[in-house]
Amino acid sequence: MSLRIVVTVKYVPDATGDRHFADDLTVDRDDVDGLLSELDEYAVEQALQISENSDDDVEITVLTVGPEDAKDALRKALSMGADKAIHVEDDDLHGTDAIGTSLVLAKAIEKAGYDLVVSGMASTDGTMGVVPALLAERLGVPQVTLLSEVSVEDGTVKGRRDGDSATEQLEASLPAVVSVTDQSGEARYPSFKGIMAAKKKPVQSWDLSDLDIDEDEVGLENAYTTVDSATERPARTAGTIVKDEGEGGKQLAAFLAERKFV
Amino acid sequence: MAEVLVYVDHVDGAVRKPTLELLTLARRVGEPVAVALGNGAGDTAAALAEHGAVKVLTHEAAEYADYLVVPKVDALQAAVEAVSPAAVLVPSSAEGKEIAARLALRLGSGVITDAVDLEAGDEGPVATQSVFAAAFTTKSRVSKGTPVITVKPNSAAVEAAPAAGAVEALSVSFSAQATGTKVTSRTPRESTGRPELTEAAIVVSGGRGVNGAENFAIIEALADSLGAAVGASRAAVDAGWYPHTNQVGQTGKSVSPQLYIASGISGAIQHRAGMQTSKTIVAINKDAEAPIFDLVDYGVVGDLFDVVPQLTEEVKTRKG
Ligand SMILES: Cc1cc2nc3c(=O)[nH]c(=O)nc-3n(C[C@H](O)[C@H](O)[C@H](O)COP(=O)(O)OP(=O)(O)OC[C@H]3O[C@@H](n4cnc5c(N)ncnc54)[C@H](O)[C@@H]3O)c2cc1C
Ligand SMILES: Cc1cc2nc3c(=O)[nH]c(=O)nc-3n(C[C@H](O)[C@H](O)[C@H](O)COP(=O)(O)OP(=O)(O)OC[C@H]3O[C@@H](n4cnc5c(N)ncnc54)[C@H](O)[C@@H]3O)c2cc1C
Repeated sequence: MSLRIVVTVKYVPDATGDRHFADDLTVDRDDVDGLLSELDEYAVEQALQISENSDDDVEITVLTVGPEDAKDALRKALSMGADKAIHVEDDDLHGTDAIGTSLVLAKAIEKAGYDLVVSGMASTDGTMGVVPALLAERLGVPQVTLLSEVSVEDGTVKGRRDGDSATEQLEASLPAVVSVTDQSGEARYPSFKGIMAAKKKPVQSWDLSDLDIDEDEVGLENAYTTVDSATERPARTAGTIVKDEGEGGKQLAAFLAERKFV
Repeated sequence: MAEVLVYVDHVDGAVRKPTLELLTLARRVGEPVAVALGNGAGDTAAALAEHGAVKVLTHEAAEYADYLVVPKVDALQAAVEAVSPAAVLVPSSAEGKEIAARLALRLGSGVITDAVDLEAGDEGPVATQSVFAAAFTTKSRVSKGTPVITVKPNSAAVEAAPAAGAVEALSVSFSAQATGTKVTSRTPRESTGRPELTEAAIVVSGGRGVNGAENFAIIEALADSLGAAVGASRAAVDAGWYPHTNQVGQTGKSVSPQLYIASGISGAIQHRAGMQTSKTIVAINKDAEAPIFDLVDYGVVGDLFDVVPQLTEEVKTRKG
């Protein structure tokens, strides 16, 4: 038996950098360093663990849709231990929204061939948390999402989903789309050996024509959502800061009373 | 006036507050028609009518509890076909966002998640989003199809606006995908008796500075004196001092209360992402350089083990 896992990984601007919008109201990717979305590291980690715990022959492909630099995200995932990578890159993709992105990812996943798709719980830029569900809808397979524990055995994926009001155990037959949370277990650091090995691993590049996608199905002009404005939040006016010299709690209580919280 | 579908988040018929907020926002763009699914769906009608629902479409079936997400998408799709609404509004929970996205895809529409405000516009509803850890505010629209928009808790005031709230049975036939993901067990979270984190007017949070699970008692005591919910930073959660369901931040809950009190929390960008839109922010931290102080309306530089108990006592005294 063999198990083909496709892990979706997004290349995002560093959250600790000065993120802002470009003139066309898309994310400015030039001024801020990009990296593999940290939440997708958890997806790569779980794919590696599924592979390590499996008697099957497992092949892990990492997939990104993004600009030239997004190769960095693929390299990081390969150096963690994934086997190969697919980069979907096309100028017409600029400004694609969640619905369009899910189309491109779904077509690429189908073309690559898969038994299991593993995604992060959300990206660290758009932070929508919808792409895995959209992929399941497009691929017509079960979604087993937001898992803090995941396992695959005998063609079945099982996992634990910690929801707002309950913890649920979920189960579905493969093929399926899984997303994992940052509670699923720390992601490993690439070893020196891993980094060297990654340089030799294959990275395939596909464009829209390779995926039979028309240019009018994606991109800013054809997006299903339109951003009309983006304004920087005004800096908070400097608050009052006191040093505790024995009365700090009382002073704070007085402030809360003044604001009618007490 | 055009109808607007509002997806009802309820527990056995008890409607949760974010849904009542959605009814307020829905009235700005049309006439709210609520969709309540699953066990106790019919029992939601009175609360929904009181807050402006002209109609309540209900459907009960075991599938909603036994399988993940898709049965609810099937039902909302049936409701959209029955009503042809001007928009569909869904509370921004993790599940709400997944339902909204799949529905939008089926309708050939766009989806906007995590709106913090909603207004009527010339080309349909305009959503306000707070993005990049609340550093930017955007206004966006769905430009194709029936707008599907998820709205964060605490984005609007709950307003009473009595309406007919006529209950109608929705007819739903489940898709082939509906039974794809089985929920094999469900363990409800035990109620702490405190307000729900995302819905609370006041949130009191502790971080690594609290230094131990047992010390969270002083955070809880302050929360109880104020009738607040308890939050925690990821560092406190990862250390096992407080449950993950109470984590505030990018990968935890995002909260937007009237008052947020952070104790022993440095204010990393991922924590700020979940609390920066709070109306009033207060911090207690022994490091005067902690980034959280850049956000505060009032900050105390001091040891939380001194400041928090004193604050709690003073609040109790003032409340009498
Ligand atoms: C601030 C901001 C707000 C936005 N708001 C909206 C909106 O309201 N509606 C809308 O339609 N679009 C919106 N977008 C665009 C949207 O973020 C992108 O289209 C995006 O690729 C999909 O959404 P996400 O990144 O939020 O994904 P999420 O659903 O949060 O991502 C979940 C997972 O999907 C995978 N994934 C997502 N994108 C890619 C990719 N390009 N390549 C590989 N894997 C990927 C990753 O595994 C990721 O962990 C917004 C973008 C930004 C920056
Ligand atoms: C992808 C990703 C997602 C993340 N998601 C989240 C998230 O959802 N939520 C979140 O919170 N973090 C998140 N983080 C982690 C975040 O980056 C920080 O590591 C975390 O917020 C730090 O928690 P802290 O402020 O409690 O701890 P620290 O940064 O260690 O700060 C502790 C603070 O307590 C103060 N202190 C210590 N002792 C006392 C005392 N006796 N009295 C008063 N003050 C004291 C110290 O001065 C210090 O400022 C995420 C990180 C990543 C990479």
